[in-house]
Amino acid sequence: MSVLVNKDSKIIVQGITGTEGSFHTSQMIEYGTPIIGGVTPGKGGQEHLGKPVFNTVSEAVSKTGADTSIIFVPPRFAGDAIMEAASAGIKVIICITEGIPVQDMVKVRAYINDYDCRLIGPNCPGIITPDEAKVGIMPGFIHRKGKIGIVSRSGTLTYEAVDQVTKAGMGQSTCIGIGGDPIPGTTTKEAVELLMNDPDTEGIVMIGEIGGSMEANAAYWIKENGTKPVVGFIAGQTAPKGRTMGHAGAIVGGEADTAEAKMEIMRACGIAVVESPAEIGETMAKLLNK
Amino acid sequence: MNLHEYQAKELIESYGVPIQKGIMAESLDDAVAAYHKIVEESGNDVAIVKAQIHAGGRGKGGGVKLAKNLDELKEHAGNILSMMLKTPQTPGGMEGPGKLVSKILVAEDAYAPDFDACKEFYVSILMDREKQRNVIIYSTEGGMDIEKVAEETPHLVHKEWVDPQLGLQGFQTRKVAFNLGLSGAAFKNMTKFIAKLYKAFVSSDASLIEINPTVKTGDDRIIAVDTKLSLDGNALFRHPELEELRDESEEDPTEVEAKSIGLNYVKLDGNVGCMVNGAGLAMATMDIIKLSGGSPANFLDVGGTADAKRVESAFKIILRDPNVKAILINIFGGIVRCDRVAQGVVDAYKNMGTISVPIIVRLQGTNADIAKELIDNSGLAVKSAVLLQEAADLVKEVVS
Repeated sequence: MSVLVNKDSKIIVQGITGTEGSFHTSQMIEYGTPIIGGVTPGKGGQEHLGKPVFNTVSEAVSKTGADTSIIFVPPRFAGDAIMEAASAGIKVIICITEGIPVQDMVKVRAYINDYDCRLIGPNCPGIITPDEAKVGIMPGFIHRKGKIGIVSRSGTLTYEAVDQVTKAGMGQSTCIGIGGDPIPGTTTKEAVELLMNDPDTEGIVMIGEIGGSMEANAAYWIKENGTKPVVGFIAGQTAPKGRTMGHAGAIVGGEADTAEAKMEIMRACGIAVVESPAEIGETMAKLLNK
Repeated sequence: MNLHEYQAKELIESYGVPIQKGIMAESLDDAVAAYHKIVEESGNDVAIVKAQIHAGGRGKGGGVKLAKNLDELKEHAGNILSMMLKTPQTPGGMEGPGKLVSKILVAEDAYAPDFDACKEFYVSILMDREKQRNVIIYSTEGGMDIEKVAEETPHLVHKEWVDPQLGLQGFQTRKVAFNLGLSGAAFKNMTKFIAKLYKAFVSSDASLIEINPTVKTGDDRIIAVDTKLSLDGNALFRHPELEELRDESEEDPTEVEAKSIGLNYVKLDGNVGCMVNGAGLAMATMDIIKLSGGSPANFLDVGGTADAKRVESAFKIILRDPNVKAILINIFGGIVRCDRVAQGVVDAYKNMGTISVPIIVRLQGTNADIAKELIDNSGLAVKSAVLLQEAADLVKEVVS
């Protein structure tokens, strides 16, 4: 078992013919991901990387039965692409694009609330269920099928955690990159909840960073509902106030935004918080007695 | 992207928001001309001289002065132009070097003619991350530090959230005006003020508009007296005319240069430089430096392509900081192959001749082993690591 994506997912790529879209689509196909087609307006009817290309998402859905979409569309068109996917009936929408205007995302959030779908990202590495489906830009080879679920706002820091988990002799059920934007489609709490309810996930790694209150909200939820060990890390303990640290959402405004404040809440809620990102894997191994 | 006060006021005025009138000046002569014009229009000899820098708390460092006549105007304008203004928000705070003032705003006395009949309010608009929609925050306690007001008297800070699909509604602007205790013409003017300000916020893709104080004058007008405005950098493609308002002299020159070559760099004041791929890992690397007894000299995300040219540019930028005693390179190779990054480091190192500080390279992921061999056999004074913990231990070694 796993969450969100697996070998039975029917995945299309929005922006399949672009440079980024092409490169990562071929990587995903090489991993064995069930990609069944793509969408590029105006290029419908063509074939790209051996997959059919459609003009619209709804056409792709009606002809292929697609239920999952990954978006590699430039920032100015990405909000539109998310809404198109939602309105076409796609259930899991994964948006990799970084740099979408905040006001676009405010509208997109409100729009997709009316649809039965889940948005992951934007500005994220995607989702991977090892050996089944890599729906993102992460390096596939560092993952190993297993029982640890990972939730993270960052790309390379997630790979770091995955690598440590793998090297500590464990593997991953599903890794969810929720992204580094101020308005994420799926929050830390929602992603943790999915993994907590997944029978095949035995432990959860939750990686956050400065800015916002998502980690605190997840921690409070875990305190009330948690049934599995959780290891937590917050990046940005040394970040100065008022400066954006790479990710649009990584900025300390007030006291509650700091790494210290978040770590304190997480500890109080029973999460095994590590101060050093080098200790994520071994801490999880200890908790699970492995 | 932050705007100056005078730019922010011009922007909101173009959406019909009434502002305290003012003219920007870059020289004493311009300031005098501006003063004459302001006096002529306002019919009042009093004017305010305000330093234009991207930092709050300007009054605390002597950057805002009231001039009752031309002589005082000349004195204040002369003093403020070219001063190094220290505020709690300039680098290093009141103990820091301050920021050079090269522009001032000569503004009308917004409180004339009846100072005692004026009221100050706080109004701001921003996106509420929790509710994922825009919020108008307002208070009767204008002219004060709003964070302090929220802490001490939270019942005096009101919030009004706006439906993203429907936009701001009439009842909401009325609610704001009623909660601010207004009636009659002032009430009506406040509802218009809020509606126009919200339009300015959305239409310009602002990330923050803060008007503190917003003033109700003796004759019941509502005007923006101080204005802080930040724009969403990701939305500037929609607003090429606003991109032109960028004042690079307000930004750290090294950060501007780094940005122009695609590096995301933030200068900090520690002693260990770092070069990392990915923002989250970069922050985590800074944390590792701290836990190892050092202190991060910078945040630097080299992005997805760490070839010799980029590595060399990053080296140069980091080494410009004389406080840097060591550099930690931390790359998690995914799509980027570690051996190529290692080759980049070796080439950059050789191109630059000698680098006088110790370099620690930690490469993990695709081809990490080949990369380590490459570094170890290069004959360069570069220490290599594979595990994050090993890199941390090496940092500890060099800073102790």
